[in-house]
Amino acid sequence: MPTFWLVVFVFALAALGFLAGRARALHSAGGNARDLHSLPNYYGANVLLTTLVPALLVLGLWLMIQPSVVQYRVSGMIPEQAIPENSTLGLVMMDVHQVAAGLDLAVDEGALTEQEAGTIRTEFTDLRARLGELGVALGSDVRPEVLQAAQRYRAIDASGHRNMVIVVTLLALAGLGFSWQHTNKDFRARNVVEQGIYALLVLAALLAILTTIGIVLSMFFESISFFKLHSWTDFFFGGTWAPNFRGDSELSILPLLWGTLYISFIALLVAVPVGLFAAVYLSEYANGHVRAFAKPLLEILAGIPTIVYGLFALLTVGPALVSVFGNGPEGLLGVDWMSGATSVLTAGLVMGIMLIPFVSSLSDDIINAVPQTMRDGSLGLGATKSETVRQVVLPAALPGIVGAILLAASRAIGETMIVVMGAGAIAKFSLNPLESMTTITTRIVSQLTGDTDFASAETLVAFALGITLFVLTLGLNVLALYIVRKYREQYE
Amino acid sequence: MYDIATTEKTVEQQVTKISARDVQVYYGESHAIKDVNVDIEDKTVTAFIGPSGCGKSTFLRCLNRMNDTIDICKVKGEILLDGENIYDPKVDPVQLRAKVGMVFQKPNPFPKSIYDNIAYGPRIHGLARNKAELDEIVEKSLRRGAIWNEVKDRLDAPGTGLSGGQQQRLCIARAIATEPEVLLMDEPCSALDPIATAQVEELIDELRQNYSVVIVTHSMQQAARVSQKTAFFHLGNLVEFGETGQIFTNPEDPRTESYITGRIG
Ligand SMILES: Nc1ncnc2c1ncn2[C@@H]1O[C@H](COP(=O)(O)OP(=O)(O)O)[C@@H](O)[C@H]1O
Ligand SMILES: [Mg+2]
Repeated sequence: MPTFWLVVFVFALAALGFLAGRARALHSAGGNARDLHSLPNYYGANVLLTTLVPALLVLGLWLMIQPSVVQYRVSGMIPEQAIPENSTLGLVMMDVHQVAAGLDLAVDEGALTEQEAGTIRTEFTDLRARLGELGVALGSDVRPEVLQAAQRYRAIDASGHRNMVIVVTLLALAGLGFSWQHTNKDFRARNVVEQGIYALLVLAALLAILTTIGIVLSMFFESISFFKLHSWTDFFFGGTWAPNFRGDSELSILPLLWGTLYISFIALLVAVPVGLFAAVYLSEYANGHVRAFAKPLLEILAGIPTIVYGLFALLTVGPALVSVFGNGPEGLLGVDWMSGATSVLTAGLVMGIMLIPFVSSLSDDIINAVPQTMRDGSLGLGATKSETVRQVVLPAALPGIVGAILLAASRAIGETMIVVMGAGAIAKFSLNPLESMTTITTRIVSQLTGDTDFASAETLVAFALGITLFVLTLGLNVLALYIVRKYREQYE
Repeated sequence: MYDIATTEKTVEQQVTKISARDVQVYYGESHAIKDVNVDIEDKTVTAFIGPSGCGKSTFLRCLNRMNDTIDICKVKGEILLDGENIYDPKVDPVQLRAKVGMVFQKPNPFPKSIYDNIAYGPRIHGLARNKAELDEIVEKSLRRGAIWNEVKDRLDAPGTGLSGGQQQRLCIARAIATEPEVLLMDEPCSALDPIATAQVEELIDELRQNYSVVIVTHSMQQAARVSQKTAFFHLGNLVEFGETGQIFTNPEDPRTESYITGRIG
């Protein structure tokens, strides 16, 4: 039975369980729902959950674990000598997978019977040609060991699947039977369902946390394999970023970090004043109509995909800057300081525009959290509105605003699309904002795209860059949240 | 008729500081203050009493145009301060508020040092020519606010770190520092404990020497203790206004009597 139908079956069983449980509870109370401990639906839900949850949990775990078990048992079958020169067990196993998938397809299409697929021998049939007819392209002729392994693979996989179907079905039935048996009018179904829902919520939270940890760990291990290939002193303290494929690359993060921080700095230079003033206007000056119109508008701006900003940088802002600072005598200033559209300034300006709504909407919330009594106190002393804002509201909101700025900085540092399109690709230390520079995120993209070998330092460096970036932004976020939270407490 | 404690407090006839004529206040459609006429005297404490929601705060806030900060609030009628209509377009509400100071229900010190809290108004209005003068204003205000002895050693400490009662006296001192002529207080003791309340009440009695004080209060005992004149508001109307002793011992209006004896509240 395919997994899909198995899931459908379990759900159908659970639905049946719901009705059965509900009916049994009502019956045990002689049809009078008021004699029941809980509402009838709780009894149904109890049976439903007991049927569904353990069965589906086991199903999920089984689906996750089975492939590695099969892989392990099959790879044990391949003898050392069956692995050709300049190949690895991993590559052979990939062949095995492909052949196994080919056989699966052949059976599905009816080109082979299940019987044939299990017993076919390379000595008697040209398997490559037969699979080729079905559209499964194999790189070389199928070697006997590989075919045997593939057949073994299919056999183990199939029996594993069979066992899974049996176990899951039995579990669902057992859950149904057990909870149905326990359903009577004094059973505290409501409390049990409450616990079940609690467990479900904990599970969801756990899943979110675990995946995050998983991501970090996988990055971490890849980074370790990078540091086995490349010296960490060069990575953290070297001065040059020059990857090449001869194997003597200089891969230092510092020039990239410089570019990242420089662009982020310019972005904040744009976003912080504009965003803050916009927030002050919206929260202190704008009347209800303007606010009702402008706030959602700003929030929509915050939802523009960054690739769109990237296009804006590349096609509009970059050329505009060139026409001012470049083009020699034809340019607006008659100077030739800027040659291409990509530059620190281009990326920084556009990133700043992207961050404006982010800064303003956070600051707006924070300014609104300053108690009205504070403003009244100042106005009551004969201060004007702007004096009140400058001398009372902003100082009171300052810690929160600093937190907002740090959050914006963390976004700027992690931003990718705008810098990929607007900043350029040259890693260097320079103070000139009209030159192109590159950032950590840009390099991660370029090291991982294109023809790459996932075992070389030039590729693996992406993970080391990624984890450094992660630590950097995580640090900023933690600091920002700490500051914002501390500030919140002040007024509670 | 008057009992002795209140007769002692009554003072000789004073000049009128503020007089309100046919004041109406609307919040959007709702009519919050109806036809109020009242004369508030100089160097006198006037108490506004009445059940909650009757418009005491609203009327108080008309006296220094704090209602201007509420968009939907509209004020009609005349309020004369020393004979000049404060709602005249010529009058700058910001200047007016320096003359008519306000103390709020909840102590609201700025998140600044004690010194800067007091110096806030004088700095804004340029009352001091140099640091020495400013120091002097700060000290004088804190002394008048009856809090100097408690804070003189820690003027640089944040004002928010004081106790509730100290914060409220700090706010009174802060209001005094701009040298107002009238001091409006909206339930200044409602967030304070009895001891702090007693200190603030004592302070209000002293302030009467120099200012005209208007205080909104929920506590009738407080009104009786600190005020010479009392105004009773009910549902947006000024029901009765007169000598405090008169109002408390021999009210004319049955509504006042019911309120004072606890039948409406
Ligand atoms: N900002 C406001 N917006 C709308 N209505 C208000 C506002 N402030 C007060 N009111 C209304 O005006 C009336 C008087 O309120 P208020 O002056 O605060 O009463 P009091 O101080 O006597 O308790 C109440 O009905 C209240 O609901
Ligand atoms: Mg009030």
